[in-house]
Amino acid sequence: MTEPTRTRRGVLPRLRQPGSRFGRRLRGGVSLLIALGIVGSIYAAFAPSGSAAPAKGEALDVQIGQGIFDQTCISCHGANLQGVPGRGPSLIGVGQAAAYFQLRTGRMPLTQQGAQADRKPTLFTETQIEQIAAYVQAHGHGPQVPNGSLSGGSVSDGGELFRLNCASCHNLVGKGGALSGGKYAPALDRASDREIYAAMLSGPENMPVFGDNQITPQEKKAIIAYIQGIRAEADPGGSGLGRLGPVPETLVVWLVGIGALLLIIFWIGAKT
Amino acid sequence: MRSRRKVEASPAEKAGRWADERFGPSGPMRNLLNKVFPDNWSFMLGEVALYSFIILLISGTYLTFFFDTSMTEVKYHGHYTPLDDVTMSRAYSSTLKLSFDVRGGLIIRQIHHWAALLFVAAMIVHMMRIFFTGAFRKPRETNWLIGSTLLLLGILEGFLGYSLPDDLMSGTGLRIAFSIILSIPVVGTWLAYAIFDGTFPGTEIIGRFYIVHVLLIPGIILALISVHLALVVKQKHTQFPGPGRTERNVIGERILPTYAAKAGGFFALVFGVLAVLGGLTQINPVWLWGPYTPSQVGAGSQPDFYMLFAEGSMRLFPSYETHFPGYTISSIFWPAVVLPGVLFTLILIYPFLEARLTRDRASHHLLQRPRDVPVRTALGAMALTFWVVLVASGSNDIISFKFAISLNATTWIGRILLILAPPIAYAITYRVCLGLQMHDREVLEHGIETGIIRRLPSGEFIEIHQPLGPVDDHGHGVLQYAGAPVPKKMNGFGDLGRKALGFFTPVEQTPANGHDRDGHGGEDKAKELTGGRR
Repeated sequence: MTEPTRTRRGVLPRLRQPGSRFGRRLRGGVSLLIALGIVGSIYAAFAPSGSAAPAKGEALDVQIGQGIFDQTCISCHGANLQGVPGRGPSLIGVGQAAAYFQLRTGRMPLTQQGAQADRKPTLFTETQIEQIAAYVQAHGHGPQVPNGSLSGGSVSDGGELFRLNCASCHNLVGKGGALSGGKYAPALDRASDREIYAAMLSGPENMPVFGDNQITPQEKKAIIAYIQGIRAEADPGGSGLGRLGPVPETLVVWLVGIGALLLIIFWIGAKT
Repeated sequence: MRSRRKVEASPAEKAGRWADERFGPSGPMRNLLNKVFPDNWSFMLGEVALYSFIILLISGTYLTFFFDTSMTEVKYHGHYTPLDDVTMSRAYSSTLKLSFDVRGGLIIRQIHHWAALLFVAAMIVHMMRIFFTGAFRKPRETNWLIGSTLLLLGILEGFLGYSLPDDLMSGTGLRIAFSIILSIPVVGTWLAYAIFDGTFPGTEIIGRFYIVHVLLIPGIILALISVHLALVVKQKHTQFPGPGRTERNVIGERILPTYAAKAGGFFALVFGVLAVLGGLTQINPVWLWGPYTPSQVGAGSQPDFYMLFAEGSMRLFPSYETHFPGYTISSIFWPAVVLPGVLFTLILIYPFLEARLTRDRASHHLLQRPRDVPVRTALGAMALTFWVVLVASGSNDIISFKFAISLNATTWIGRILLILAPPIAYAITYRVCLGLQMHDREVLEHGIETGIIRRLPSGEFIEIHQPLGPVDDHGHGVLQYAGAPVPKKMNGFGDLGRKALGFFTPVEQTPANGHDRDGHGGEDKAKELTGGRR
């Protein structure tokens, strides 16, 4: 410490001296900082501006969202979304779409553990849902439901895509169907455009994820147009019998058809 | 008209004479028209099937005007926009055209489909009546065989018709049918390829199904129905035991005018029910299902109800493949080919089986009440239970989904019920039959409970019973059970005689003074009712 050369040349020359542990550490640290700075600025330049540097309002949303999360979700999904073993999975990286779908359809908060969560009235307002979703999105990012109209394009193309990708679980007209072990694909009777879009992006419950490289956003919008269109369509043949095909028809022919004719037969029998 | 008839023969009379002088039908016609049909509500069940079939022929003919059997692919540009520009077969696009562009096309198609379901359902109900009353016994075994064949043909015909529109729902069924044929050992592959002209789906199957559906099977059904009815005329209709009814006579109404009027009115009512169903309830909306493509499949794809038992059998059967050296029998062969085969064989041979087991070789023209043959009734209940479990299991995905039960659970419930429920149904039915028999005997011996309680001087309370007929020294009825209903309530006393007409309320005075329409006195009737069988 009391060497004359060192006192003469000051601190910086001392740092250049090879062999000094402190110097090596400091130099490493500085170059790391510089490297990080370069990478960071490159990332900031190329990454979508919204997620990289949250705007003020969005930052507030994340903050409020965290507040709601810490009150209602934390018991199962853990602090900082890291999950609680045996209770709930980590939500880091699931994205806004997953959080939006689960909260908007009332599936979260979960009533009880089971094969599958059921749709129920949601506990939160639209704003609160977006705030919680923003908080989830802020931690690890993930798929996001785009803004604007989510339905459009060719209904018949949407129908073909629906029959190819969705009908094997959700039924040919989206009336739902059973899966193994108490799981099921729900009827799409009440799903909004945004919910369907979020479901395709996030693959909730037992549904596979249909990412944008599998079904393009344009195709997703066509599928939604088909689902909503077919749902609004009147049944030209009379009562649709739930659009469930031959099973309700079986009930009708036996209970109504044979039933009415038996009454008629009794009636004729009583008249003669 | 009336005044003219007095002067000269009416046109009808002239025409009749003209025809009679040339073709001489009056002799055989008189015989036929004088035929008497016994009267019971349950004898009208077969008529429902017959009338449904007539409606099927008429509505089906209309559909053939517009249906195109080609499987050539076209792009659809019709009124149904959700399928605009979609590639589909001409068969499917012509069905869409039939439903949306042809005047009355949709309602006729729906009436046709409902009539098809009703045709098979009515045949099943009719068959139940024949079975439970023993109407299949000698000499009517042939008609049982014809009837069973008709049921089989009706199911086949229905399946073919269901497949014709080439929609995604029926195409899935066709795919299953192809696989079932493939599963038949040795000949399966050849058979499947021969029927489909190559592998599934090919380009021929709709055209082939069409001609079998509109010509071959309806022709056979029509011919068999004719023989079926001719045999009823020749062998005479059976009747329930009752006053004056014996093994040697038939008591009922002549064909003209009563029976014909009744049958005509009943046809109109059956048509009315089908028209209401076709007009108010949508059946098989093929435009919703989409055109068939082998790459697509929908949850909840089911066949029509008459095939659901086979569907259920396939869903319940475990996937047991049978391996022989160098040969494997697919697991689908047992539930889809063997089980239906065994069921239909049992149905066909039942009359002969029963005759052999009971050693009853006599001719029977009087029917039996189901309670009087508990073993047969219980066997029937057992068979029906088996069938219902299979049908319900064929719909188990919809049941699981709608009632939020695990699909695995409903499958296992189906498997367990299929084994356990039929014997339970047998035991319960058998006991119920015996109980009903015993109650009949009890009423014959002790009379009807009047509800009047009398207190004896000793303090004992007794209920007064009204004897049905003469009593012996001990106060017990001497009437023997004769296979006819026994009145169980005081106001059911006249049950065996003619009842007052009316459905909701009587439309006439009850023949209470013991004189019915034929002028028999009440006492005579009582003797007739309970007289032993001749």
